[in-house]
Amino acid sequence: MIKKIQQITGQAIPLKGNDIDTDRIIPARFMKCLTFDGLGQFAFYDVRFSDKGEEKDHPLNSPDYAGHSVLITNRNFGCGSSREHAPWALSGIGIKCIIAQSYAEIFANNCSSLGIPALIVDEETVTKLQNKVSAHPETEIKVNLLTGTLTLGEENFSFDMPETYRKALVEGKWDTTSMLMENLEAIKKKNQTLK
Amino acid sequence: MGKNLLQKVWENHKVTRLPTGQDQIFIALHLIHEVTSPQAFGMLKARGLKVLYPERTFGTVDHIIPTDKRERPFEDKLAENMIQALEKNTSGNNISYFGPESDHQGIVHIMGPELGLTQPGLTIACGDSHTSTHGAFGAIALGIGTSQIRDILATQTMALSKPKVRRINITGDLKPGVYAKDIILKIIAELGVNGGIGFAYEYGGNIVDEMSMEERMTICNMTIEGGARVGYVNPDDTTFEYLKGRLYTPEDFDNSIKKWKALASDKDAEYDDLYNLDVTDLEPMLTWGINPGHAIGVNQRIPIIEELPEDQRQTASHACDFMDLSPGQTLKGTKVDVAFIGSCTNGRISDLREAAEFVKGKKVNPSTRALVVPGSRSVSNMAEKEGLHKIFIEAGFQWREPGCSMCLAMNPDKLKGIELCASSSNRNFIGRQGSPTGRTVLMSPVMVAAAAIKGEICDSREMI
Ligand code: SF4
Repeated sequence: MIKKIQQITGQAIPLKGNDIDTDRIIPARFMKCLTFDGLGQFAFYDVRFSDKGEEKDHPLNSPDYAGHSVLITNRNFGCGSSREHAPWALSGIGIKCIIAQSYAEIFANNCSSLGIPALIVDEETVTKLQNKVSAHPETEIKVNLLTGTLTLGEENFSFDMPETYRKALVEGKWDTTSMLMENLEAIKKKNQTLK
Repeated sequence: MGKNLLQKVWENHKVTRLPTGQDQIFIALHLIHEVTSPQAFGMLKARGLKVLYPERTFGTVDHIIPTDKRERPFEDKLAENMIQALEKNTSGNNISYFGPESDHQGIVHIMGPELGLTQPGLTIACGDSHTSTHGAFGAIALGIGTSQIRDILATQTMALSKPKVRRINITGDLKPGVYAKDIILKIIAELGVNGGIGFAYEYGGNIVDEMSMEERMTICNMTIEGGARVGYVNPDDTTFEYLKGRLYTPEDFDNSIKKWKALASDKDAEYDDLYNLDVTDLEPMLTWGINPGHAIGVNQRIPIIEELPEDQRQTASHACDFMDLSPGQTLKGTKVDVAFIGSCTNGRISDLREAAEFVKGKKVNPSTRALVVPGSRSVSNMAEKEGLHKIFIEAGFQWREPGCSMCLAMNPDKLKGIELCASSSNRNFIGRQGSPTGRTVLMSPVMVAAAAIKGEICDSREMI
């Protein structure tokens, strides 16, 4: 059975910036792999580490956010490549939910396939969330996909998300293969007509 | 009201409506390569599933393949592992595979059209965002993630939401020295890197009508850089002429033409949005920043940060710092360390012909490292037959074996340190060309050739 994803509780990481592309999330040179295991160590590698491997100033290197699982970022997150290595790398560092102003389409789709909700909020909300988390990193964040609410500390916010992704997550249908397999007969017919 | 091509192709391939509200779409042609497919085969195996229609999947090796020393095993052990996995997965599942020894090996988006696999009216998917390229033939072609590769291998279908369609009319009179690459860079600069989210782009207008298939592919290829996952051109005589006689084109070709013609958007087709671009005054375009939307004409200046819309300022100022360029300057005269002609955007035979024509009798600047990487074996064979390789070599370019090469630097071709590369590829993201601090300036192949010769960014039209 596939897990229903309805609520997420954790703490957040503010990651400021627009157009953070998949090459930044995981540089291509780390994609020479046959499985998605262990990609977390390369997440945001070039912005986290110098070429000598020393840690740079980055929220993911900060002890303030260690173990946090909700990424709060800005506009057009995940643009660029279709590589699923990107959401896998995020998942590898423990990210369970992303909040942003907007996403590249393929990236949002890939997140959904992995069971990672990608919430959409407006600019004002993102800024507020990021500022609040920067000031008080320990604040608890709660996401409820059933009610469409997002709570940071005591404050409530609303978010958006394509209904198809929301439904797939809350009903445990985000693993698409089994859902698609149910229509095998119709698929076979289609294959005949399209020969 | 009439229908557009996307609507027609969608209806033809729709299996059913899914409980999530998405449509289950049959994928007529599936293309795979070594980087995004091994995990999908792994997932399939873990679930005990088989490839449903292996005859609808074709594979090749492009991203990691070395372009100089290709002896097996590859020097890079990880690359060797990846190609072996692809060989095993394709042969073990009866999937056609065009490896390094094949006459058909090449960048997956160049291979499909060359073989005539890419045809009007098909739904095409590949685990690579530039799958939009195949839309040039009036196919609905889209990049997918590995979970969808798994879905397609297992069910030949995927769950999709139908995009809206934006018609982009490209009209006017294109001046010599200005190419399809410049047009698409202009469109991305105008509509923004996320302006196309949720849309498919239908390209038309007199300029597109007059374009060759190769030029149409360049336009459709970079559609994804503007946020639209699908880009297409309605099939016409140019399309049919290109496809005629290729390895995988249908036997009853005349009949197919009739079918294909009927798929083109109706004259009174409906669109969700319309955008017009007159290219009469367009000049060669270049990128100055860190995404393909950061593009200006060769004689234009980098925007002043304060004059940009507020939500663009942060990225733009970061871009200037990273590129070591200043707002208000032009790029002309900027020193170029590396010049790269190739990629699925501009690694086709017409690109090499145009660049070679320009290069003939000139010499690459001694301070520039310049390479030409044909997009496929067939491009490289044609070029060698026409003697283009000699022109490049005599001028001081390196002539390489086909592959993705420095487009994303998963093979040994990489920038070093802060080198600046004039590149005919499609992405100038930070770190894209293999060095975390390396800098990329996107432009047409002829402009890359000009930059190689002068050793700095220049207007190719002033050098003819
Ligand atoms: S040439 Fe570049 S963009 Fe095209 S498939 Fe290869 S890596 Fe991707």
